[in-house]
Amino acid sequence: MEPRSTRDAYGDALLKIGDNNKIVVLDADLSASTQTSKFAKAYPERFVDIGCAEQNLIGIAAGFAISGKIPFVSTYAIFSNRAWEQIRNTVAYDNLNVKIVVSHSGLTNGPDGASHQSLEDIAIMRVIPNMTVIVPSDAIETEKVIISEVDRKGPAYIRLNRSKTPIIFDENYEFKLNEIVKLADGDDIAIIATGTMVHQALESSRILKKENIDASVFNVHTIKPIDRNAIIDIAKKSGKIITIEEHSIYGGLGSTIAEILAEEYIGIGMIGTKDTFGESGEYNQLLKKHGLTSENIVKFARHLNKQNRK
Amino acid sequence: MTNDYTVKTLEEKARKIRRHVINMIYNAGSGHPGGSLSCVDIMTILYFHIMEHNPLDPKWKDRDRFILSKGHAAPSLYATLAESGYFPIEELSSLRKIGSMLQGHSDSRIPGVEVSSGSLGQGLSVASGIAYAGKLDKKDFKVYALLGDGECDEGQIWEAAMFAHHYRLDNLVAIIDRNHFQIDGSTESIMSIEPFAKKWEAFGWYVIETNGNNIKKMTDALERIKNIKDKPVAIIAHTIKGKGISFMENNNAFHGKSPSKEEMEIALRELSGD
Repeated sequence: MEPRSTRDAYGDALLKIGDNNKIVVLDADLSASTQTSKFAKAYPERFVDIGCAEQNLIGIAAGFAISGKIPFVSTYAIFSNRAWEQIRNTVAYDNLNVKIVVSHSGLTNGPDGASHQSLEDIAIMRVIPNMTVIVPSDAIETEKVIISEVDRKGPAYIRLNRSKTPIIFDENYEFKLNEIVKLADGDDIAIIATGTMVHQALESSRILKKENIDASVFNVHTIKPIDRNAIIDIAKKSGKIITIEEHSIYGGLGSTIAEILAEEYIGIGMIGTKDTFGESGEYNQLLKKHGLTSENIVKFARHLNKQNRK
Repeated sequence: MTNDYTVKTLEEKARKIRRHVINMIYNAGSGHPGGSLSCVDIMTILYFHIMEHNPLDPKWKDRDRFILSKGHAAPSLYATLAESGYFPIEELSSLRKIGSMLQGHSDSRIPGVEVSSGSLGQGLSVASGIAYAGKLDKKDFKVYALLGDGECDEGQIWEAAMFAHHYRLDNLVAIIDRNHFQIDGSTESIMSIEPFAKKWEAFGWYVIETNGNNIKKMTDALERIKNIKDKPVAIIAHTIKGKGISFMENNNAFHGKSPSKEEMEIALRELSGD
């Protein structure tokens, strides 16, 4: 199959699910770029252009979701991030069924430059409680993700790309949220990739093979919630891991894996809030509830001290 | 025109809700009395006279919707909902306490609350989305959004104002609690919003101004705009911050401060209706 962009697949996927009259598609004046224009043409009554007003885009989507609709909301990745606080406080806090599907993530908007690129979004979306973060690796997977998200209630951030990328999967591929997909076998090293970097990882494993280095390749399409046990298994089997993502090394796929393995292997007891929102209460009560106390550090330290890690 | 009996009944209900608000904020030891008290009359009129809603079936599909965009007025909303029968009045004393349903800012986990709020500027967008969805579903409910005047500093309010006009959301009513104060001082000294009515008009809204603490005038205004077509409606409701309690009225010190025990007692006496 010819290389194809994930945004292009998104535009077609919307047509496949468009008969469901709960679906509404919202865009912020970028429908030709995000490919929601295809839906706009086919279902004009359920397409709403918000104009270039991203905060309102998210708020309107929240209103639709509250009313039982399934809004698919699109703009460039970076511009959706302008409404981070609306996403956090209205969409995610109320666990609303809003699907934020962004195009032009990473460096793909090359010539437009830094203002139009997005290298931080996985980090800032992943940190929001209730948020699911999905980065499809090719056009086929994108379509499967979009179709599967129609039936899953809850917010999602789905990160797409502008440029044509090689096709990895065939039509028989079954997307399962949270599943880490093994694409190549190898005992020497594991390469864990997401999104557009999956095909680069596959290519690298082919090059390494010629040097007699057997690299396994894994596609992590769901950054959150991540399959923790699968990551630990990969680490146990390979002992060496490379992660790659079209995103900052801070807070994205690599960080996610490092967090899991650090807790599992190095004996880091990470104390902090555990992917939850706060709530009303006295400050000291809240600190205690979330384990942000010297007592809890002591408890962790006693626990770690029993382990021989040196 | 609203009859005298209705006005008197609503006035008594508003007094009762104000008493709840004072007790709630006193018990919590924190909260926002000023901006809660300024909009009690508006909420009372909506829930006990204007809106069609069913406390026994909070998600009834044809209900009129109320969106509290100025989420710090949560005590007034909670007291109004409890008085309407959405949940027991005894729960009001748990405001802001750990484990309580009654979060410091309005929270959709509470029966009758459509959406959580607290961060300013977001409610009009949500209300517009609900109004649009209502039109898609060919429903004839109305959506009432209560905004603060200081809140209108937020750019998102005006994004939503453009949207509601562009899509001719005549099932949407924004009521702005024009109490003339924001946290740091008077609205005109911190970030002037006048000419306020002209701004909404320029954005394509049907605008009326009235006294938001006068039950009769405010009720008449809400009755009058019921059949406006092709435009969203903005009611600029001129109110008094801290309305109903002599030492809180127009006293911005009570924007975000709970009353002392003595202040609470005086306030409740003033609200006793004698």
